Amino acid sequence: MALISKGDFVRDPWRRLADEEAFPENGKLIVSYERLDNALKARGANGDIGVFIDNTLEIDKLTPALPKLGLIAIAFPSFADGRGFSLARLVRREGYRGELRASGRLLADQYAHALGCGFDTIEIPDDLAQRQDETQWRAAIRVHQRTYQRGYISSGSILDARRKATQ
Amino acid sequence: MSINHSNTVSRINSPKTTYQYDEFDKDFIRERVAEFREQVRRRLEGSLTEEEFRPFRLMNGLYLQLHAYMLRVAIPYGTLTSQQMRRLAEIADRWDKGYGHFTTRQNLQYNWPKLIDTPDILEALAEVDMHAIQTSGNCIRNVTADHFAGVAADEIEDPRPTAEFLRQWASAHPEFSFLPRKFKIAITGATHDRAATLAHDIGLRLVKNTSGDVGYCVIIGGGLGRSPFIGKIIREYVPRTELLAYLEAIMRVYNRYGRRDNKYKARIKILVHEKGIETIRAAVEKEFATMDHTAFQQDPQEFERVAASFVSPPYEALPSESSKLTKARLETPAFDHFVSVNVSEHKIAGYAIVTVSLKPINGIPGDATSHQMRILADACDRFGFGELRVSHEQNIILPHVKKDDLFALWQTLTAADLATANAGLVSDIISCPGLDYCSLATARSIPIAQAISQRFSDMARQRRIGKLGIKISGCINACGHHHIGAIGVLGLEKKGQESYQITLGGDPGFSASIGEILGPGVSADQVPEVIEHLVDFYLAERHETEAFIDTWRRLGHARFKDVLRREGEDGADI
Ligand code: SF4
Repeated sequence: MALISKGDFVRDPWRRLADEEAFPENGKLIVSYERLDNALKARGANGDIGVFIDNTLEIDKLTPALPKLGLIAIAFPSFADGRGFSLARLVRREGYRGELRASGRLLADQYAHALGCGFDTIEIPDDLAQRQDETQWRAAIRVHQRTYQRGYISSGSILDARRKATQ
Repeated sequence: MSINHSNTVSRINSPKTTYQYDEFDKDFIRERVAEFREQVRRRLEGSLTEEEFRPFRLMNGLYLQLHAYMLRVAIPYGTLTSQQMRRLAEIADRWDKGYGHFTTRQNLQYNWPKLIDTPDILEALAEVDMHAIQTSGNCIRNVTADHFAGVAADEIEDPRPTAEFLRQWASAHPEFSFLPRKFKIAITGATHDRAATLAHDIGLRLVKNTSGDVGYCVIIGGGLGRSPFIGKIIREYVPRTELLAYLEAIMRVYNRYGRRDNKYKARIKILVHEKGIETIRAAVEKEFATMDHTAFQQDPQEFERVAASFVSPPYEALPSESSKLTKARLETPAFDHFVSVNVSEHKIAGYAIVTVSLKPINGIPGDATSHQMRILADACDRFGFGELRVSHEQNIILPHVKKDDLFALWQTLTAADLATANAGLVSDIISCPGLDYCSLATARSIPIAQAISQRFSDMARQRRIGKLGIKISGCINACGHHHIGAIGVLGLEKKGQESYQITLGGDPGFSASIGEILGPGVSADQVPEVIEHLVDFYLAERHETEAFIDTWRRLGHARFKDVLRREGEDGADI
C-alpha cells in the first residue's frame, strides 16, 4: 500500500492489525471495528489506536469512541462508490479532529473530492500507485482550485471569493 | 485550439437576458477543460485504465456509442444565446458531420466526435460559457426547466435563477459526484408543468406559502426507465433560504442508502419505493435538522446575484393585437396554421412565443443542421432579442417575438425547412436515437417516428386531431419518455425481431400518469397503422375539444384495447 499526504507519498506510521493477529504492546495500530472496544480497553485513549470501518457504518456506532481515536480509515471498495465521502462528512461533523484516511482504489482524480469532504490521507494499493505516481497526486491538488460549494474544505471557494470581490 | 470567427461575437446591441458568467464561472469551466485534457492524456499513456477513465469522460459528457463517441453538451435550463447557437453550429461543422441532435433533457449531442478532439471542442464551448459538465455519469445532471420560463403567462416565478443556482451548487460537488446512479433535477415555476417534474429524481415547483413567500414544493423518486415511478411530494414547502440545505440532506441520504448492488435498482425512485416515502422523509428531515446550516447563510445573497442576471429584454409597449398579424393570417393560410399551432401566449402584450419544430415530416426528431442552427441564431438576433430555448420536446423556442414580426420570421423559417406547423401535434414525436446510434437499444426508434409522421403527413388531419403526444424509446431505459406519452411506443426485441409495445394514457404534467400497455407487441411496420386506428377511434368518440388523454380516461383503457381486438379479428396481425 502507498500512503499519500499533502500530495506526497509518505511512510505510514500506522500498522493495520489483521483480525487474527495478537495485540502488540505498543505502536500505532489500526484495528477493525469489531476489535475496537477491546483495543481501546487494552491501550487506553492515548491516540495510538485507529479504526478501519466500512463505508456503510452508522455514525452513531462510532460517536462514543471518536475522542479516543488517533485515526479513522474509511474503506473505498471501488473508486465509483462514493459513500465514503458522505461518511467522512459525518465523522467530521461529529467533531472528530484526528487523521481521516480514505483506503482503497481511490484515483488521483478524486483527491480534491476526498480533501473537500475532510480526508487527510489516501491509502492506495501498490499497483495503482505505480500507474498514478506522486506527480499525478501533486497535480491533482491544484486541479480543483475553485469550488462552488460552501462548508467543504477547499483552497478557493468561488462563493467567498465573489463576496470579497463585490465588497 | 479556438475558433475565432468574427460572427461568433455577440451583437453589441443584443441585451443580456440570461445568466452572465463572471470570471469565477469562466475560470471554473476552463479548469474543468484543462483537467479533462490531462485525463485524456493520462488515459492514452496508461495512467488511467478505460474503466477508471470512464466516470471522468462521462462527467464531461463523453459517451461511447455504437459506432463512435458521442459528446453531450449541456444547455442549462434550455437557455441559449444566438452567439452560443452559432458556436454549436461551428463545432458541428468542424468536428462533427455538420449537425447536432437536441435531446429530451435540454442537451445537444454530437454523434461523431473523436476522443482526441474533445478537449478542443470543450475549449471552444468554454469560450462562449458553455460546457458538457455532468451531462452524463452518476452525478447530478444538467438541471432542466420549463422552456417557457420567464415568458409564460401562467408563471409564479421564473425558474431559471433557481436552476442556475443549482447548476453551480451541483458542479464538481466534492461529496455527490460518485452517486449510486445518475441524478436528474427539473424545475418549473408555472401552473402547467412543462418540465415533467414528476418524472425526475427531484422535481421542484415554485409555490407561494400562505404569507405569499415564494418557496419550493419538493418531489422525489420520479423517473422513467425500466421501472417507471411518478414522483412523490417529500415536502410541500421549503423556503428559498433552506433549499440547498434541504437538497443536500436528500442527496446525503441517497448517497448513503441508495442501492449499489444492482444498477437497475440504484436510482432514488427504487430507494423511495422499497423503503417508502415516509421512511425517506423521516431520514431526510433528521439529516436536515442535524446538519450545520451556517454554510448556507449566504445563499439568499448569492441567489439574488444570480437572479439579477435574468433581466427581461427591453420590450416595447405594444397593443395586444397586431393588425399586421391578422392581415397576414388571412392572406396566407399556411402561416395562419403555423400561428395557431406553433405560437403561444406571451405574458407581455404584443409579443408571442414561437416554437420551431425540429420534427419535419419524415425527419429525425431533434436533429438540426449547422445551417439551421445559424438561421435560428440570426432569426433570434433579428426578431427575438438574441435568445433561444430548447424544449424537452426537442424543439427550439424563440421566447420573445413581436406579433408584428411573426410573418417575417415565418418566411425566414420556411426557407430553412424550419416552419413545420406541428408543435404538440401527432407528428411532434419525441424519440430517442434507438438502434441507429445507441449501444443499449433493442430496436430502432427514429425510423418508427418517421413512419408515423409520414402516415399523418396530412397537416389538416393533424390539426383536426389536435394536441397528442407520441413518445418512442428504443429500449426499456426509456430515454424517449414513452411512459408519459399519451401514446407511448417501446421498441423491444423478441426472438431476434423488433417488437413494439404500445402504451396509452401517459401524462407528463401535474396530473402525471404512467401509460398502460395496450396488448402484445406489434412489428415495426404495424406501428403506424395501430396508432392510426387508435386515433380514429378517439376522433369518433371524443367530446368536442377533449384531449386524447381525457377521452382515454373517460372511456377507460379497455375500450381502446377493444379497438385493436376488433381489428385483429378482421385479419390484421395484432
Ligand atoms: S431508450 Fe434505450 S435505445 Fe433509446 S437512447 Fe435510451 S438507452 Fe438508447
